[in-house]
Amino acid sequence: MPIAATTKRNFYKDSVALMRVAQAIGTRAGVTRVSLLMGTPANRDILAQGGLLVAELAAAAPADLMILVEGAEDALAPALAAIDEALAGRATAPAGERAELAPRSIAMGVERLEHATLAQISVPGPYAAAEALKALKRGLHVFLFSDNVPLAQEQAVKRLAASRNLLVMGPDCGTALIAGVPLGFANAVRRGAIGIVGASGTGMQEVSCRIHALGEGVSHAIGTGSRDVYDEIGGTTLLAGLALLARDPGTRVIVIVSKPPAPAVAERALAAARACGKPVVALFLGAPLAGGGNVHPVATLEDAATTAVAVARGERAAPRAGAVEAPAAKLAPTQRFLRGLYSGGTYCTEAQYVWRDAGIATWSNAPADKKFALPHGAPSRDHTAIDLGADEFTVGRPHPMIDFAARTERLLAEAQDPAVAAIILDVVLGYGAHADPAGELAPAVREARATAARAGRDLAVLGFVCGTDDDPQGLAAQAERLRAAGMTLAPGSTAAARLAARIVAGR
Amino acid sequence: MKPLFGQPLAVVNVGLASFADGLAAAGAPVARVQWSPPGGDPATATALARLLGDASVDAANRQALDAYLAAEPVLEGVGVARDVVPGLGERMLLHAGPPIDWARMGGAMRGAVIGACLLEGWAQDHDAARAMAERGEIRFDPCHHHAAVGPMAGIISPSMPVWMLRSGGKRAFSNLNEGLGKVLRYGANGPEVIAKLRWMGDTLGPALAKALAATGPVELKPLMGRALHMGDEMHNRNAASSALLFKRLVAGILRAGVPGADAAAVIDFLNGNDFFFLNVGMAACKAMLDAAHGVPGSTLVTAMARNGTDFGIRVSGAGERWFTGPAQVPDGLFFPGYGPADAGRDIGDSAITETAGIGGFAMAAAPAIVQFIGGTPQRALEATLTMRHVTLGANPAFTIPMLGFAGSPAGIDVRRVVDTGIAPIINTGMAHREAGVGQVGAGIVRPPMECFTQALAALARTLGERARARVMTTSEKPEEKPHA
Repeated sequence: MPIAATTKRNFYKDSVALMRVAQAIGTRAGVTRVSLLMGTPANRDILAQGGLLVAELAAAAPADLMILVEGAEDALAPALAAIDEALAGRATAPAGERAELAPRSIAMGVERLEHATLAQISVPGPYAAAEALKALKRGLHVFLFSDNVPLAQEQAVKRLAASRNLLVMGPDCGTALIAGVPLGFANAVRRGAIGIVGASGTGMQEVSCRIHALGEGVSHAIGTGSRDVYDEIGGTTLLAGLALLARDPGTRVIVIVSKPPAPAVAERALAAARACGKPVVALFLGAPLAGGGNVHPVATLEDAATTAVAVARGERAAPRAGAVEAPAAKLAPTQRFLRGLYSGGTYCTEAQYVWRDAGIATWSNAPADKKFALPHGAPSRDHTAIDLGADEFTVGRPHPMIDFAARTERLLAEAQDPAVAAIILDVVLGYGAHADPAGELAPAVREARATAARAGRDLAVLGFVCGTDDDPQGLAAQAERLRAAGMTLAPGSTAAARLAARIVAGR
Repeated sequence: MKPLFGQPLAVVNVGLASFADGLAAAGAPVARVQWSPPGGDPATATALARLLGDASVDAANRQALDAYLAAEPVLEGVGVARDVVPGLGERMLLHAGPPIDWARMGGAMRGAVIGACLLEGWAQDHDAARAMAERGEIRFDPCHHHAAVGPMAGIISPSMPVWMLRSGGKRAFSNLNEGLGKVLRYGANGPEVIAKLRWMGDTLGPALAKALAATGPVELKPLMGRALHMGDEMHNRNAASSALLFKRLVAGILRAGVPGADAAAVIDFLNGNDFFFLNVGMAACKAMLDAAHGVPGSTLVTAMARNGTDFGIRVSGAGERWFTGPAQVPDGLFFPGYGPADAGRDIGDSAITETAGIGGFAMAAAPAIVQFIGGTPQRALEATLTMRHVTLGANPAFTIPMLGFAGSPAGIDVRRVVDTGIAPIINTGMAHREAGVGQVGAGIVRPPMECFTQALAALARTLGERARARVMTTSEKPEEKPHA
């Protein structure tokens, strides 16, 4: 019978341990007998009597382990390998007796989680790219929430991702929904046939919630991060996301939601959209697109949702959003201006375009028109829309969707300004967001209106809630408490901006 | 692209815990990483990300780890330090830890230096010895620079007997263990300490040399593997390993013609010293790790050592450099009459045992001494399992019954230490902070993290330089001229 033998020098094992291994390997198919013995004179005698002290074992000393396998020719090498593995052992601690050490690194997280597919990273910006690189090298896709990541590091991360065929959503990526699983800030949206990709976190959340409200659902939503559509990055993730959705059998309609991209990136994205083989609803805020064919250009978040729903249903006309009555505010003659205090950057941008179309010029820290740039820390002037989620507000402090302190403080300051007619607020629900936004905002809204009232003014506070009834906070309950505090709610960001414009029309 | 949609999403969450809550609520499996800034600053974190998963570093580490695993240290004999330890000159003392001069030495180290001066006859009393040291008349050099290791103060003076080991072509040395109580390695230097050292040089050393010549060389890895199964971790507990070595040597002592009274004294001494094997085991670890040292690009730690003032590490791919930080005060249990205020800073080359995957790393094998780490065998298991997260592999020659006979964690990786923020765990004795007192207790200690962050930065620089050098050599290659 064929045999294979080898000696492991200076390899002490207790005889019980050796018998255990020999027994386990002996049950393998094609293996007749396994002998694992230390090379003591007594053991060598045992083998010699059986004629088994072959050349490979002849020189074995007492401290050496003799390994001998008998069986079918093709079973011998695998058996030797299995013996090596069994001798190396695996750490098996007695069950239930010790506290499991929480993972301290991505490597430990991967060891803990079988079949890990993605790393969700929200560490401070200066450390974020390093964590992303580690995740990519481990073969994980990356959702990178962190902002304040140096541009060169973002480039390095996306270069590595491209070379490893992995997707990097971010940095500064606010949201994603992958097969219904929320990443970052995301809402509990019904699953459906509409896929979303975009460089606009809150914009994507709003579109997904409007789609949900209209009775349709979302297949996947892929965030790209705010800088992806700039020339320096070139839309790498936008194009990769578009390609993923184009190939995904569960996606019938694709929506692109983006802040104004660099012209070259817009062009590339449009070309990819035309070639993708599915209907594409394209919103490039403030940079209207040439439509035609399978590409449906839209100008607002509301239109993006309604058009996508219409296309998904094979209908011609987009469903209309319900009209809202303007609040019956009795404005004093001094009250002429709008003040938007947004936690979502896209809402801030969209409002500026809606108001521009209504003949209103808006100052902003994230200006749609560079002539109206408001420096950081400067007070509002005339019509103003502030993005409180911009980098300059979030260095060293939480995002305004988690921490309302900065926004309520500004709300109360604006309420004292006799020139203010209306204050516009977004309220974002969903996973990752504050557990009870109404609990933070409602008292501030009450106090703001009371402050104005004490000065003889009727201040309009209006806005919208981005969320669904399946969100942990509950859309209906949150809306009810905000209305009770005196806030007027529109069905969505676009409708809220239009409503605000109507209030100051002609003043 | 690697599939993102086709399979259930399983997420490693790094950062905000609330984001992990959302995933869990949606039913996705999630591993929650308890993140802290790796190395404490962005530059180190970036260097770490470059080194982790780098193919050339991984290959270098495999080579270094294989060399460590393949080493076969053998105890060959006992000699006199001045005759056998390479580079040990006259008026020179070897000491534990990274380089240090007299001015920066702590109490235990100074006490041991003074004792060694008396032993060698360089000075007649303490004051004269101290004055010599202050005048710079004694040369100090780390044991580690001479293929040697010594526990606690680790003083090796020219006349001392030393263990002689060999592994492949490399040799390793250590001094002989004096036992417990008033001993030089803890800084004691009274007349009884010097008298015992004289006896060790005159009687014990020669007797052991003869015994080893009679029994033949002792293979150390099998002996150490057995001792692990008998409850030693071979740093703070050496009862089993000392017994196993004693068993090997006793007949040799009797057969080798050692005079009867001396033989009895030697056997009594060995019988009464449960730390007899410590120095042998340390030298074996030194031999195994020296085999792994010097692999370009490798991030494997080849030495951890303390001089009572600084904690230092050496790394395979970083040459002869030490990366140091302040030595800590160990946390542990004190002998009656002593307390934390008496403890000196961490000292000794004995952390070479942890570097080689035993000692604190094999705590799960030594339930008898778990009092040092919180008193339960479970804590001992956790200590060993935790160290698997900072090591490159496991040593199949050193297995741990309580962990299903898995190998002890082996090959500390600088990258994984910084990535996890988990510092290696070290079992240690505690010396008194003043010279001349001795041991006050035992416990555990951790290296300062800056040793590892400095090493990481240096290794990342080297990796960058090597990458640039490769680019230069390929781009600057002169074009070949066509044959005329």
